[in-house]
Amino acid sequence: MTDAPAIRVTGLTKRFGDRTVVDNFDMEVPKGAIYGFLGPNGSGKTTTIRMMCGLLTPDDGTGSCLGYDIRSESAAIKANVGYMTQKFSLYEDLTIRENLDFMARMYGLKNRKAVVTDTLTELGLLDRATQLAGTLSGGWKQRLALAACLQHDPRLLLLDEPTAGVDPKARRDFWDEIRRLSRKGVTVLVSTHYMDEAIQCDHIAYIAYGKKLISARAQDIPAQIGLTTWRVDGPDLTPLEDELLALPGVEQVARFGAALHVSGTDKAALDKVVAAQKARKTHSWQEKPAELEEAFIYLMATAVDNFAGSTA
Amino acid sequence: MSLFSVARFAAVLVKEFIQMKRDRVTFGMMIGIPIMQLVLFGFAINNDPHDLPTMIEMNDASPTARAVLAGMEVSEYFQFVGVVTGQEDGDRALRDGRANFVVVIPPGFERDIIRGLAPQVLIAADASDPTAVSSAVGALQGILDVAVKQSLTGPLQAVAGSPAPFSVVVHKQFNPEGETATNIVPGLLAIILSMTMVMITAVAIVRESERGTMETLIATPVRPLEVMLGKILPYVFVGYVQTIVFLIAAQVLFAVPFTGSRLAFFVGFNLYIVVNLALGFLISTVARTQMQAMQISFFTLLPTILLSGFMFPFAGMPGWAQTIGSAIPATHFLRLVRKVMLKSADMADISGDMAAIAIILAVITTVSLLRYRQTLD
Repeated sequence: MTDAPAIRVTGLTKRFGDRTVVDNFDMEVPKGAIYGFLGPNGSGKTTTIRMMCGLLTPDDGTGSCLGYDIRSESAAIKANVGYMTQKFSLYEDLTIRENLDFMARMYGLKNRKAVVTDTLTELGLLDRATQLAGTLSGGWKQRLALAACLQHDPRLLLLDEPTAGVDPKARRDFWDEIRRLSRKGVTVLVSTHYMDEAIQCDHIAYIAYGKKLISARAQDIPAQIGLTTWRVDGPDLTPLEDELLALPGVEQVARFGAALHVSGTDKAALDKVVAAQKARKTHSWQEKPAELEEAFIYLMATAVDNFAGSTA
Repeated sequence: MSLFSVARFAAVLVKEFIQMKRDRVTFGMMIGIPIMQLVLFGFAINNDPHDLPTMIEMNDASPTARAVLAGMEVSEYFQFVGVVTGQEDGDRALRDGRANFVVVIPPGFERDIIRGLAPQVLIAADASDPTAVSSAVGALQGILDVAVKQSLTGPLQAVAGSPAPFSVVVHKQFNPEGETATNIVPGLLAIILSMTMVMITAVAIVRESERGTMETLIATPVRPLEVMLGKILPYVFVGYVQTIVFLIAAQVLFAVPFTGSRLAFFVGFNLYIVVNLALGFLISTVARTQMQAMQISFFTLLPTILLSGFMFPFAGMPGWAQTIGSAIPATHFLRLVRKVMLKSADMADISGDMAAIAIILAVITTVSLLRYRQTLD
């Protein structure tokens, strides 16, 4: 049983009216993994996560979460999953302690008072326990929300864009915490927009228009996309960037420090461009293996906002 | 996995009470509204107004004429505020609102009475506000007969019997003094409970989904029944508090009697609270925002006030309006409360009203359960 995946869903489909929000979706999340769930706005990430923890009933497809059936055993799933919503959804008119206490009661925790006090101490909020949750800043709200869904020691964490609207320092702290939990054996499924967060994940699934485009271990993603990348060093990179983008075969030009990374999926076309550029001898060109960064920029750039696209 | 956990239910209950306590404005409203409405409606609304401004055109200075005026003044319906000279002056006084009545005593009033000519006392009334003047007019004939009769003494007593020696007897049952408050105050309980229960329940439920907290809530092992009971019970409690405040105020401020069966009141009142909570719950399945929930609640409030028989006599409404009125829970509870408080009713007397409320409750519950299932996904 130890090697059974934390989540395994097949053919998951959800329709709202005549719009198919999630379409025949398969996914397998290994136990203990940090699994990144990527995709543009409106691509169906939230709906998928909600189906996995039994908040929504799928129109089609089957699946299990922590070994429980997502259709018939949602009560057992809920008791063992920590779900953090996209928007802060604790009670703003309750104090920090009251919120934690409420959640502890919901999960029927033993030694409730001690658990809540421990959580407050860990958060460093013990002296602010009587402050209303609504008065906290974005970063603190996020920490509180995470703490609230960790109190019952869930085996699986579902985080829906947990770091939206949170400052970089708080985001870094947040990810330190996620990795610490992962080391303890907690499986984490996290949806995100941010590339720097996606890089921290062991596995990635990429979804657009409710369909899964890619899912693989993070290091295998660039190869799957099939990007060829060249590194360009030299002076006056900005005009060169504009010039390159207009050429056939160049699909992406990204600045990395003092260099440009030029990528494309059509190797032959890109090679022609590079040969011509090399002949000018103004810059140094070096082929490099495409990395996760380029792959994500590529994925993010090619996908449009799915809300806008769906009406077309 | 237990089907119903008392601990989780209690958690929701406690949370709801904390939120209620913290929302000072709403909490104040829940206690303040009954008192404010009671005072406003109880004291301000009077369908049987007294001391209406009256002017006189006096064309006969005889003792009988003066007795007529004295009789009117003693009745307390009329308050003499001045004299007019001639018809034109009188019309103007009515038109500009200085007087609701102008009394014209004709020349030779007493003499004509003695001669048996049945002289006419003209009372010009401003009927643009029929409620204001109707009861005074109704009482007038009686007042005049008595006054005339009493003034004709000694040798004139012989004629006293001839013109119209009777007084109109107005027998106002259950409310002998015709106090509007006695009628309005019990009815007000129906309105106050309907107003606060429906709105607050609807808003409290919609608030969870509007603020997104419903998502956190349903991601926990909590069961829908635990949430619903935990959210609704605090407002049942509020309804109890409102009713207690109300009953005390009705007794202290307006001396409204409570003559009927307390058990009948208690049973009927609980049923009424439940039907209002159900209505609030139904609204919460339709409304997406708290503002919408408020608006829909207000939308139900107007017919409750206007068509239930609270404002206007139910029997006086056209058939279609009575049909609509019959579908409103307040209509039946209003009758129930008036029967119990004023007419010494017991359980048997109110069974019809209870049945009507129970039918409405069944319909509302069925519809809202159907709607609730649809909105879960």
